[in-house]
Amino acid sequence: MATPSMFATPRGGRVTWWLLGGLAVVLAAVVGLSLGPAGPTWWRVPLVLLDRLPLLSIDSGVTDAQWNIVWQIRAPRVALAALVGAMLSLAGASYQGVFRNPLVDPYLLGVAAGAGLGATIAFAVNRDATATWPINPVPIAAFIGGVVAVALTYTVGTAFGRSRSATTLVLAGVAVTSLATAVQTFVLQRNNDVVRQVYSWILGRLTSATWGDVRLVLPYIAVSAVTLLLYRRVIDVLRVGDDEARALGVNVSQVRIIVVLAATLGTSAAVAVSGLIGFVGIIVPHAVRLLMGSSNRIVLPLSMFAGAAFLIAADIPGRILTSPSETPIGVVTAFFGAPFFLFLLRVREARQ
Amino acid sequence: MNGLTLRGVRVEYGGCAVVSSVDETLSAGEWLCLIGPNGAGKSSLLRALAGIVDFSGSVQLDGSEICGLSARELARQVAFVPQDPVLPDDMSVTDYVMLGRNPYISTFGRESAHDRDVVAGLITELSLAVYARRMLGTLSGGERQRVVIARALAQEAPVLLLDEPTSALDLGHQQHALELVDRLRRAKNLIVVSAMHDLTLAGLYSDRLLLLHQGVGVARGSAREVLRSETLAEFYGVSARVIHEQDGTVVVVPQRSHGEI
Repeated sequence: MATPSMFATPRGGRVTWWLLGGLAVVLAAVVGLSLGPAGPTWWRVPLVLLDRLPLLSIDSGVTDAQWNIVWQIRAPRVALAALVGAMLSLAGASYQGVFRNPLVDPYLLGVAAGAGLGATIAFAVNRDATATWPINPVPIAAFIGGVVAVALTYTVGTAFGRSRSATTLVLAGVAVTSLATAVQTFVLQRNNDVVRQVYSWILGRLTSATWGDVRLVLPYIAVSAVTLLLYRRVIDVLRVGDDEARALGVNVSQVRIIVVLAATLGTSAAVAVSGLIGFVGIIVPHAVRLLMGSSNRIVLPLSMFAGAAFLIAADIPGRILTSPSETPIGVVTAFFGAPFFLFLLRVREARQ
Repeated sequence: MNGLTLRGVRVEYGGCAVVSSVDETLSAGEWLCLIGPNGAGKSSLLRALAGIVDFSGSVQLDGSEICGLSARELARQVAFVPQDPVLPDDMSVTDYVMLGRNPYISTFGRESAHDRDVVAGLITELSLAVYARRMLGTLSGGERQRVVIARALAQEAPVLLLDEPTSALDLGHQQHALELVDRLRRAKNLIVVSAMHDLTLAGLYSDRLLLLHQGVGVARGSAREVLRSETLAEFYGVSARVIHEQDGTVVVVPQRSHGEI
C-alpha cells in the first residue's frame, strides 16, 4: 500500500549522504596532510599516502624524514581538527535540536566558561607545583571545569524551574557562565604573568597536537557522538515542541538531559585539547540546514562530517599564511564565522 | 469496564485547582464535547488526559489506570490534537504524519514497513496524497488541520483528544474537519473528547456535552439539555437565543443589545 514516492528520503538516499560526508572528510584530510611549512612537496603527499595503503606500492620520492613530518606533526593535527570539528558541530546541532533554538551553541550551558576557568587555574598553579608532572594538567583541568559548570547549570536550572522548561536551563547557563568568568578574571588579576598563556588558550589552537592528544579525547568524543547520533530521530520529534512530543510518547526531560550530558562530555573533551574554537558549532549545522532542510535525522550526521572537514580546512590558512608564526584557528573560524552568521540572520529574517 | 472512565479528576497549577472532581464515562465510538467559557478548564482537562500535565484522581481506559503508563505507552492509547499545533515549516507532510508512529518505533530504531503503510494509508484516506511531499509551511489552514488529525490517527490510539479543532478555520472547513472526525470515530470506533467554543457545532456533532465552569462540571447531557438560555446566561454571561430546529439541531445565537447593556 505504501507509495514510495510519498517518502521524501528513501533509504538509499541516506546511505549516499553518509558516504559523501565521509568522502569530504577524507579529501579535506589529504589536503590538510599535503600543505604546511617544511615537509615534502605538496603533490607528493597523496602519492606517499597511497604507497602506505596495503597492496599498493608507488614511488613517491618522499624521504623517511619528510614522512615523519607528515605523520608525526601534520597527521595528529589533522586528526584532532577532524575530531574537534565533528564534535563541536554535532554537539551544536544537538543543542539546537533539544532547545529548539537555532542560535545556541555547544558552549550554551557554561562549558566554555567552566573550561576556561579550569585552564586558567591550571596555568596559574602550573608554574611551580605541577612543573614535574608527567602529564599536562591544563586539558584535564579544562575538562573538569567544563563538566562541573554544566552540572551546576543543570542542578540550578532544574531545581528552580520545572524540568520541562528549557528557558530556565538556558538562563541558569548564562548565570553560571558569568560566575565562572568572574572567578576566572579574579584569578587572572592575581596572576598577571599567565595572561598571555590563557589568552592564547582561549583563542583555540591545534598547534601542539600529538597522537597522545588524539588518544586522550577519542574515547569521550566517540561515546558522545554515538549517543547523539542514536538520539537523532527522537531529537527530530522534539521539533513539534515539548508538549506535543510528550503526547507523542517522548520522555522529553529524560531525552534532554541525556543529549545535554553527552554533548557536554564531548564538547569538554574537545575544548580541553583545542581551547575555545568559536562559531563551528553554529555555522556548520546552519550551513547543513540551509542545504538539506532541518530534519535532525540528516542534520546531525551531516554536521558531524561537515564539521570535521571544515575544521581541517580552517586549520590550513593559519599555518601557511603567517608562517613561521601561527594564526590561532579560533581566529580563522571566527573571521569566517562571524560574517557568515550575520548572513544567516539576514536570510532568516528575509524568510519570515 | 470498557471505555474511558474519569473519576474525581483534578488538575492544579501551583496549588490552584483549574479542574476539580470531573467524573465522566465514555464508551467506544462516543463523542464528548467539553464546553465552557475561557478559563473553564477544558484545555487543562485534555492536557491531563494526554499526559502533558499531572492530575490526581482516576482515569481508566478499559479498566486500567493511565497514570502509571510511560509516555510511550500512553501515546498508544491517547492521541492529542492541540489548539495551536507546532508545524515546522520545512518538514514534509509525510514526515510529520510519521511522528505519530513514534510510540511504535524504538528510541534508536527507524520506521518499519508497517509504519510506512499506516502513514501512507492515512494520507490517502484523508485525501492528503497530493500534498504528501509538500512542506508544512506551504499548506493552508484547512490542510494543516487535516495533517494534524492524520498525525494523531497514526498513533492508532482508541482515544482522540481535540482542543478547539475548528478555531482557526472558516465555516466550510469547520464543517469538513468535524465531518471527518465524525466519520473516523464511527469507522474506527474512537472515543473522542473535544473542547469547542462554537456551541451550535458542539451540539450538532457530539453525542454529549459537558459544561465546565471554573473547573467543575456544572451541566451534562444532550444539546437540548445543556444548551439553554438561562444556563448560558449564568455561566457564559451571555444573552443568547436558543433555537430548536425541527430536526433536533440546537442553534445558539447571541442577542444584540442595541446599546442597552
